[in-house]
Amino acid sequence: MLKIDDLRVSVDGKPILNGLSLAVQPGEVHAIMGPNGSGKSTLAHVLAGRPGYEVTGGSVQYHGQDLLDMEPEERAWAGLFLGFQYPVEIPGVNNVYLLKAALNARRRHRGEEEINAIEFLKLVREKAALMQMDESFLNRGVNEGFSGGEKKRNEIFQMTVLEPELAVLDETDSGLDIDALKIVANGVNSMRDPARSFVLVTHYQRLLDYIEPDYVHVLADGRIVRTGDKGLAEALESGGYDGVLAEAANS
Amino acid sequence: MNTKNEDVAQLVERKYRHGFVTDIESDTVPPGLDEDVVRLISRKKAEPQFMLDWRLKAFRHWQGLAEPNWAKLHHPPIDYQDISYYSAPGQKKDGPKSLDEVDPKLLETYEKLGIPLHERAALAGVAVDAVFDSVSVATTFKEKLADAGVIFCPFSEAVRDYPELVERYLGTVVPYRDNYFAALNSAVFSDGSFVYIPEGVRCPMELSTYFRINEAKTGQFERTLIVAEAGSHVSYLEGCTAPMRDENQLHAAVVELVALEDAEIKYSTVQNWYPGDEDGKGGIYNFVTKRGDCRGANSKISWTQVEAGSAITWKYPSCILRGENSVGEFYSVAVTNNLQQADTGTKMIHIGKNTRSVIVSKGISAGRAQQSYRGLVKVFPTAENARNYTQCDSLLMGKDCGAHTFPYMEIRHPSAIVEHEATTSKIADDQLFYCRQRGLTEEDAVNTIVNGFCKEVFRELPMEFAVEAQNLLNVSLEGAVG
Repeated sequence: MLKIDDLRVSVDGKPILNGLSLAVQPGEVHAIMGPNGSGKSTLAHVLAGRPGYEVTGGSVQYHGQDLLDMEPEERAWAGLFLGFQYPVEIPGVNNVYLLKAALNARRRHRGEEEINAIEFLKLVREKAALMQMDESFLNRGVNEGFSGGEKKRNEIFQMTVLEPELAVLDETDSGLDIDALKIVANGVNSMRDPARSFVLVTHYQRLLDYIEPDYVHVLADGRIVRTGDKGLAEALESGGYDGVLAEAANS
Repeated sequence: MNTKNEDVAQLVERKYRHGFVTDIESDTVPPGLDEDVVRLISRKKAEPQFMLDWRLKAFRHWQGLAEPNWAKLHHPPIDYQDISYYSAPGQKKDGPKSLDEVDPKLLETYEKLGIPLHERAALAGVAVDAVFDSVSVATTFKEKLADAGVIFCPFSEAVRDYPELVERYLGTVVPYRDNYFAALNSAVFSDGSFVYIPEGVRCPMELSTYFRINEAKTGQFERTLIVAEAGSHVSYLEGCTAPMRDENQLHAAVVELVALEDAEIKYSTVQNWYPGDEDGKGGIYNFVTKRGDCRGANSKISWTQVEAGSAITWKYPSCILRGENSVGEFYSVAVTNNLQQADTGTKMIHIGKNTRSVIVSKGISAGRAQQSYRGLVKVFPTAENARNYTQCDSLLMGKDCGAHTFPYMEIRHPSAIVEHEATTSKIADDQLFYCRQRGLTEEDAVNTIVNGFCKEVFRELPMEFAVEAQNLLNVSLEGAVG
């Protein structure tokens, strides 16, 4: 589904990703871990097509298409979703209005009919209940006046409505208390499907107690230095990044 | 990728969709302005003597005035002798008596503009008066309104049929001495709408006037007067469009509102005069004086405007809060793109006790446009407990446009509470990216963000027109980001 090959990315002339390779098959959950500044968020942003990142080498294939050649909205239509680390506020724009516009844009570009208002409302209510979000959230401005935790929950809520094929979640667990973390994890787990893949960018192992990954990758200096299963995350938790990185350097 | 280019091509073509010209015979006087022209206009309309006398006084006063130059606007000098001051479609002397007599070409024009004049097809519950160049061509739903005692007719008809009402109220809110453009309008105004709501009557439908400039080299000088008697209520909307022409055309209108005790007038404008092309060629010069007088206690006047068109907008819809406990409101969205210029705002004049006013101004600048908010809040020594809340927000798109705020306050009573908030922001790249990541195109993302910015004003518009206003905004800002 997703094949990243020797990806090199700079920001303002400074190299951030230095030959990152990763293959994600349908139905898999990949966790990307690493110390601050290792390039985790850059990877998430480049996959979603955020302006300001210069790709200096390598390639990214998504369903056989050249992902890097697509506009951000084209990537969204093709089923890529980014859960933002810092979801932005858009004053005056109704939360569900944006969601409906997003859902219909995707449907239109797939030659599907737009969703009607009643169906949409039903869908939104069901997913809001899943995320334990009060319905008043639906009609507030996009992230306007939301707490940090509410913003993150809103990201996952949007994901459950949009039903992407590849979800890249950028530090969705940061700033969440334990109850909110469980709700978010529950939202993600409810979406697991043989045809859907997840890339979880996270700093802490905590999230992986609730969402079990198939693979854990450790990112350092802009490339993946170690790959393992859930056990690797646990080793990171006990030994810290330094230990794992030193081990990787020696091997 | 191919489809995308086609979309863009369509968008570019869509630009100003009201820019067509109707090929119709018209009775247009040659350019030039002197007393004879003023007399001619009055004679063509078979006006009573008082009207002609008033026009002449206004004309003589205007001759002694100079154009105002305090606004932050730049334009080449206007040659007032190169403008035709009267143009009427067709040859009919008295104007059409019913829709059946209206030239089908005119009806077609209004259909193209999306304003069906046939009553059956008309927007449910909206009575429409249509002013084409200088004269009113059709007023719909007259009978139904008459049943409620409401008068809604072309201004020239009101002068003829209700001279005592016109004489009593004309110029009492905007005197002909008020300013340069008001004096000019008073001398040469050709038509407009007249509304009279009797005591205690709630007007049974929205009233609406559509102004259309068609003829080249003509000015449009309409005059609207709305009188709401004690305890009455009316909601009124005006819309404006003009063909695309390379030369600039002058529009200098006057609107007067009178609200007596407990009366309420809600006046909404969707202004979409031709704004000129990307290089600033052509477009309407829009110099308008609009003022409402809350003459009675507990009266309320509310202005809502969406100003998207015109090369130049000079406009300050104001409220004189004379009656005790009276309320004035001003909700404005002004959009300037390319080389458009707007200097707009309001005046809230607090005279009576416990008077309250609210000002919400949203300015959006794109391209190389310059926009100013200019507002005055004045509290007289008599206005105990006056309250004002002002909020001015500017949104900039691109780096070559400008937004300016000139708030004036004159407070003469210690009990007054006047609040002013102002913000200037840019459409943030991360907002755009967020919307695009969710699947909105860049164009849709901009529209969504801008409409969110304007929400507080749009929700004041009557339902049908809120949608129109949003679409208008989207068209006006096409290509503004990228």
